[in-house]
Amino acid sequence: MDLTFTEHEEAFRAEARAWLEANVPRPALPSGDTREGFARHLEWERMLFDARWAVVSWPEVYGGREASLMEWLIFEEEYYRAGAPQRVTQNGIFLLAPTLFEFGTAEQQDRILPRMASGEEAWCQGWSEPNAGSDLAGITSRAVRDEAGGGWRLTGQKTWTTRGAFCDRLFGLFRTDPEADRHRGLTYFLVDLGAEGVTVRPVERLDGDEGFAEVFLEDAFVPDRDVLGGVNEGWRVAMATTGSERGLTLRSPGRFMATAARLIDLYRRHADATDPAVRDAVIRGWMDAEAYRWQTFWTVTRLMEGGRTGPESSLVKLFWSELDVRIHATALELLGPRAELVDGDDAAWMKGWQFALSGPIYAGTNEIQRNVVAERVLGLPRR
Amino acid sequence: MRFSFTDDQLAFRDAVRDLLEKECPPQRVRDAWTNVDGRSGAWDALEEMGVVGLSHPEVAGALGVDEIAVTLILEETGRFGLPEPIVEHTAVALPAVAQHIPEAVTDTSLFVAGGPMVPYATSATALLLERDRQLYLVDRSAATLTERASVDGSRRLYAVEWEPSNAVEIGGPEDAALAFDRGALGVAAQLIGVAQHLLDTTVEYAQARHQFGVPIGSFQAVKHHLANVALGLEFARPLVYRAAHSVARRDLDRSVHVSTAKAHASDAATVAARVALQVHGAIGYTTEYDLHLWMKRAWALAAAWGDAAWHRARVGRAILDTDPSEEQ
Ligand SMILES: Cc1cc2nc3c(=O)[nH]c(=O)nc-3n(C[C@H](O)[C@H](O)[C@H](O)COP(=O)(O)OP(=O)(O)OC[C@H]3O[C@@H](n4cnc5c(N)ncnc54)[C@H](O)[C@@H]3O)c2cc1C
Repeated sequence: MDLTFTEHEEAFRAEARAWLEANVPRPALPSGDTREGFARHLEWERMLFDARWAVVSWPEVYGGREASLMEWLIFEEEYYRAGAPQRVTQNGIFLLAPTLFEFGTAEQQDRILPRMASGEEAWCQGWSEPNAGSDLAGITSRAVRDEAGGGWRLTGQKTWTTRGAFCDRLFGLFRTDPEADRHRGLTYFLVDLGAEGVTVRPVERLDGDEGFAEVFLEDAFVPDRDVLGGVNEGWRVAMATTGSERGLTLRSPGRFMATAARLIDLYRRHADATDPAVRDAVIRGWMDAEAYRWQTFWTVTRLMEGGRTGPESSLVKLFWSELDVRIHATALELLGPRAELVDGDDAAWMKGWQFALSGPIYAGTNEIQRNVVAERVLGLPRR
Repeated sequence: MRFSFTDDQLAFRDAVRDLLEKECPPQRVRDAWTNVDGRSGAWDALEEMGVVGLSHPEVAGALGVDEIAVTLILEETGRFGLPEPIVEHTAVALPAVAQHIPEAVTDTSLFVAGGPMVPYATSATALLLERDRQLYLVDRSAATLTERASVDGSRRLYAVEWEPSNAVEIGGPEDAALAFDRGALGVAAQLIGVAQHLLDTTVEYAQARHQFGVPIGSFQAVKHHLANVALGLEFARPLVYRAAHSVARRDLDRSVHVSTAKAHASDAATVAARVALQVHGAIGYTTEYDLHLWMKRAWALAAAWGDAAWHRARVGRAILDTDPSEEQ
């Protein structure tokens, strides 16, 4: 057991810290889930990319640094410690890219990854449909063959598409074989949201931002080169990387360590808040962020020595999402009557609280994750 | 950063596991409730294997063993419900006594540590006790021992009265703090083992027990209870290993790490016990069934060496009451 970082890792941390300190925008950018804020965030993404911080773990040819998983964690710790902006490109970088690396052709990788990394092309995730939420295999949006055009015609509706109104492209599952079994017959498509037949309607989220969208498709054309993985192989392709959505690549410990640090800062500024129960909750928030950090180092050590993530990633998703809710609830208690303010210095907590509440819903609800843990980690019988 | 055990540490752990499987079956744990001295019989086998004396600096030095390896073994002793005072002797008292008064250690000496109650005190040669942040070794005959009954009948507890004038002072505040952290770490490791046992046996029960024509483990309410146990355990265990590393390396923040670990381990085991009983139903509510042995161990150890609230308060003093400018 060696819990020190290597000289190389320390140098990497120092370089990231120095760059972030010099470059993180102040004051903070407006929310990336609004049109104006999204544009400002893309400028930030471009700065990250130019300094090769956008996709540190990727190959150098695509703008990365070939950083190890451990270095990536270090970068994330520094990123959130510095209070840097939300990553509006994350659904592409953390959800689509792992699938592209695993299943994409060389042509697809070369064409798509650099533009994704630089933010020139922003991606959104098109899984959910009005009648397919937790039961994702209930997808009914379909794609029919267009032999003459050399591609497919997509028809149907996607919903809850995060930042769909601002993004350029959508990755999603569509039914290509209506006769096949629910989980077969699906294909993974990369859709141009500017294509004819595509209509995007922004939907206001709980916190008032237009961060959601509905995407309507009517005979929208997608060329063959934008099929990811095999035709009718979509379920397998999509599921292969769900671990990265639930697990540490979507929500690394650095994020919650930073939130816990902000909570402690808030506590200190409210030194009159002597309620021992609130104090205890602050301590728990910090300890839980530590627990997440060390569980992650434990897992990453295993991965770096050749292990793979399995259904345990559901435990990770449960932990970070519920930790985030608890920390924000504690912050609101500290704020007392000022908790309801959505203007002024501490407004970020009420906004953060609302977003934290979505954690147990997206990326597979926590009820579903508990089912997964019980059935696939503990081996309890399915019904 | 390599946060995992060495192959040697794991192999040793496996050997101890094999031994406990043979020498410490549930029937032995049960017997320790009623026999004369609360011993399971596994102690002698552990002694022979070198586990009991493992933390003697000479042995540890020769074998390259530290608190990290010991922690892994203590987790196993929790899993098998070993009643004997391996935390109090091996993890806490032996290394302290051997360091400060090596001549006091003989082949047969048994030291126990603790406070305000000390387990197995009447079986011990001497007691390692703290007063006013000084560490003392108190001969058994110099202490007045009053038997107290633990909820865990295998833990033979004694309230101790003693005077520093009848004791040998063996260390100051640093030594006392280290002894305490070793004890809290040791029971945290045992609690992880206890929680794992409770989870494993309850999952097994949920697969075997049928109601309404199906295994009860197929009901979602039962699944979610058990998933919560797995969750607590998954995030408590690395904290214990991390605290072991901090104790072994005398990290400056050792006490914060130990307290974080003990608080999480206590909570994980308490939740595991709560869920285990609920999922077993009435059969778990009888002393004829083995489950109660582990539930009661969980409650006893969760309260020993500082309960979760006490440890959170200690963490709080370190992270909330210090000057922020001193932090990184
Ligand atoms: C902030 C946010 C961002 C999102 N971004 C995207 C995105 O970018 N792209 C995208 O495709 N989707 C996105 N989603 C949608 C998300 O994936 C779905 O909300 C999620 O899959 C749940 O589906 P649902 O909302 O239809 O709820 P439902 O599936 O209808 O579930 C409703 C309730 O029933 C429970 N339930 C359902 N089935 C079971 C079961 N088998 N056992 C126990 N309980 C069950 C659920 O846990 C939940 O509590 C986003 C959601 C949110 C909140």
